[in-house]
Amino acid sequence: MAARDQHGPGSPWGDHAPGARENQDFRVVGRPLPKVDGLAKATGALAYADDIVLPGMLHAKTLRSPHAHARIKSIDASRALALPGVHAVITGESMPIKFGVIPWTQDENALAVDKVRFIGDPVAAVAAIDEDTANDALKLIDVEYELLHAFYDPQESLRRAEPAIHEGNKGGNVSKHVHLAFGDVDQEIGRADVVVVDAYSFHGTTHAPIEPHCAIGHYGAEGVLTVWSSTQITHYVHRALARVLELPPQKIRVIQPALGGAFGGKSDPFSLEFCVAKLAMITRRPVKMLYTREEVFYCHRGRHPMQMRYRTGATKDGRVLGVDAKILIDGGSYSSFGLVTTYYAGQLLTGPYAFPSYRFDSTRVFTNKPPCGPKRGHGSVQPRFAFEVQLDQVAEKLALDPIEIRRRNFVGENVTTVNGQRITSNGFLECLDEVERASGWRERRGKLGFGRGLGVAGSMYISGTNYPVYPNEMPQAGVQLKVDRSGLVTVFTGGNDIGQGSNSVCAYVVAEELGMDVGDVRVVAADTDLCPVDLGAYSSRVTFMVGNATIDAARKLRRQVVDAVAEAWKVEPRRVRLIASQCIDLEDTGRAIPIREAFHIAEARFDTLGSTGSYNTPKLGGDYRGGTIGAAPAYSFTAHVAEVDVDVETGRITCSNVWIAHDCGRALNPMLVAGQMEGSAYMGLAEALIENHEVNRFGLHSGPNLLDYKLPTSVDTPELRALIVESIDPEGPYGAKEAGEGPLHPILPAISNAVHDAVGIRLKHLPFTPGVVLKALRALRAQDAVTAPAARDGGKR
Amino acid sequence: MRTLRLQVNGDTLDTAAPAHWTLLEVLRYRLNLTGSKQGCDKGDCGACTVLLDGKPHLSCITLAAMAEGHEVVTIEGLMPLHAARGGEGADPIQSAFDRCGALQCGFCQPGMMLSARALLDRNPCPTRGEIREALSGNLCRCTGYTQIFEAVELAVAESLGVAPAPRSWEEQRMKPEDAQRVAREAAAALARARDEGAR
Repeated sequence: MAARDQHGPGSPWGDHAPGARENQDFRVVGRPLPKVDGLAKATGALAYADDIVLPGMLHAKTLRSPHAHARIKSIDASRALALPGVHAVITGESMPIKFGVIPWTQDENALAVDKVRFIGDPVAAVAAIDEDTANDALKLIDVEYELLHAFYDPQESLRRAEPAIHEGNKGGNVSKHVHLAFGDVDQEIGRADVVVVDAYSFHGTTHAPIEPHCAIGHYGAEGVLTVWSSTQITHYVHRALARVLELPPQKIRVIQPALGGAFGGKSDPFSLEFCVAKLAMITRRPVKMLYTREEVFYCHRGRHPMQMRYRTGATKDGRVLGVDAKILIDGGSYSSFGLVTTYYAGQLLTGPYAFPSYRFDSTRVFTNKPPCGPKRGHGSVQPRFAFEVQLDQVAEKLALDPIEIRRRNFVGENVTTVNGQRITSNGFLECLDEVERASGWRERRGKLGFGRGLGVAGSMYISGTNYPVYPNEMPQAGVQLKVDRSGLVTVFTGGNDIGQGSNSVCAYVVAEELGMDVGDVRVVAADTDLCPVDLGAYSSRVTFMVGNATIDAARKLRRQVVDAVAEAWKVEPRRVRLIASQCIDLEDTGRAIPIREAFHIAEARFDTLGSTGSYNTPKLGGDYRGGTIGAAPAYSFTAHVAEVDVDVETGRITCSNVWIAHDCGRALNPMLVAGQMEGSAYMGLAEALIENHEVNRFGLHSGPNLLDYKLPTSVDTPELRALIVESIDPEGPYGAKEAGEGPLHPILPAISNAVHDAVGIRLKHLPFTPGVVLKALRALRAQDAVTAPAARDGGKR
Repeated sequence: MRTLRLQVNGDTLDTAAPAHWTLLEVLRYRLNLTGSKQGCDKGDCGACTVLLDGKPHLSCITLAAMAEGHEVVTIEGLMPLHAARGGEGADPIQSAFDRCGALQCGFCQPGMMLSARALLDRNPCPTRGEIREALSGNLCRCTGYTQIFEAVELAVAESLGVAPAPRSWEEQRMKPEDAQRVAREAAAALARARDEGAR
């Protein structure tokens, strides 16, 4: 296995160590190559879930609860079943076993059993000859509800345990509570020269991938269930299906077709995967279910609303002494990844700045709203926003440059944070240098005139987590290579390519290691029948873990080929090199064969050619309960500078430029890394300014469509500049770390800080709508009217 | 149910579908042209964009019957039509999207590329502002649009035979004066091309 502890002290990427000659000699790594599936996507040839049509396929639809919190007294589907064209109707009692992505908090049913917990909770599903018939049938299902008091305010859920949203939950309506303290926070803040205490809030946003969720179930005569699903975690869907449908896992095959965006929103097992499976088993016909856009909004799993209170103490030269946080998290109606969210809300704040002392108390409660879950930058975007604004407030009090205060608190490389997280490579200072340089910070900040400003913020994020959601000793990523006599190498990986390009990373790695053309490597991914297990596309783990597993597999294969050729040529193996689709003798340049022939020699010498590789994290994390949550084999670092214009008449903020500097370890493909950085900044920017997953006092989403839920268009998005910083991580594949989630974080606080620079108001509650801005401006003017005369008087004396 | 005679990607095709079906439904479920995507089914996202007589239309809010008598081009048609004109490989827009990293999940991009194709057909040398405007009906959730703009600009530059301006991430890797010079030269070449086009 390719982890440091299994290979001794050396780097898992061995001869590509920093400074090694090969380091400057990459042939594939570091190049802006197209993706392996780019042209298939460009020509419309690649099949996404809804593009798959099976013979005799039925279409399914879901009946959803119109009530936020109610007991189901009865369900009568007889009228629906009598409708011509309807083949089956299922309800909660068809699949009563609960599931949930975290094994300790399994509180969901495929279809509601006994009660519903939010408007949109699935209650029944119909399979019919077409969508129209299925929709008609939904109207014929009679459900009798008994209404219960519904919770919309997380403060109320905290105070009031009855009626319990989840009966039998130990903490009443509290989903999870975490309290962790490191060092003596009260003492450290007590000796601080400056203390800032303030409240911040995050409103709630959703992923809104352009592809709605879709699944197809097929139950073969031989008793094998196949489910195609737009999931980003095939393996967990596989496990959940086996549990809920009570089928042996070896009788289930899960396939992720091309995926049209996820951003965390396709990480949980969803109702539709179970429904199509069950309906296929009942009808013995293939069944497809495609969510409407409205259903996508209601099934949600988006970013948690948080109410946050932070207290930071610092010395007069700006060094942070202690941070004290209290966070209330609105989880919505189910647990989802909430246990992890509650930890991440505190655990991921301890870099890129050193905290001598830190304490957080974070509580997630249930409410009768669509369930929240992981969205790009899971759990840490909201606290990061609060802290980075607070750090600017500290800098303001001390009259320190906001970039300078961030430099002074740099946690450093190869250190352990106050909560026991091991940080290895850390390019945060270079990130600050890059945004400072590229934005013209020194020349321009404070000199842009009233209404225009620059703001900075930093962040840290995990590059994979060492904590598989179900504890086990097996590798977190596995890869298999198969060699064809044609010279083609096929990579089999359980990794989920959700558009981030993980399949391309596999191909790049194999091409690099075997000296092949990327076009001669094919990737088969995310099919549980064909591919070794990978834990899926979450926690920014795929490039790091699958990349390392692929290196491991490719090195083993290369060794076989080199040894076989060396034996045939009667030379030392070190003289044999695979390069440019050739196998050459380094000391006899006349001797070269196509790599295909080298494969033939190896197959003849050893056996059918192939290899496996895997990756597991080393032992990581603090030695306390929860100490491994947030422990990653590497951390990425980001700094943003945002430039804003604030229209004081309308209150509208326009962000015109964003400079994004991100330490991704090594850019395996700078073009794809830049795409992740730009896409992250765009997404965070929208969360700061326009997006709002608002659930009103009736439990209804205020605009569950792509017009009212405002995604930035091409005219709303600022100029985004990707500044790649490479710290060359000691354990990442060729030194790479994540790039898909970290670069989202700083934009929210950077905009708030830029607005302060522009017009002097501190925006602490998201989103920064024109109304919020105008109110803050009015408050500032009222305050000025009081203080300005005094200031003038002071000036006279 | 009504019968439909549609001209799609150069072919005349006869099919039948319920009268209320949209062009998107007929393309996807009758003609098996699944490259046009359904993201919202109500005209908000643009993933279903197809060309009708060369102009971008939202096929999810266009009745299939209304497309009769018009030439429909879907994403599947771009490469064959390019080949029929003697071109090699994919349409230059598709190729530029591929080479600029503009295809992340790729779900919105069939619509996006058709909007871009229509733009270049009527304006072979658009400014970034014009590109932004022309693509504003196509939502992309992955890229932040930058690499899409760069792709359209690359296709433009290649069609004119000039060097494109450095891409967002390339600027950092060049000396500032070189980046500025390349950007200036590209802008000048495009301005010349625009002037010539205007004359």
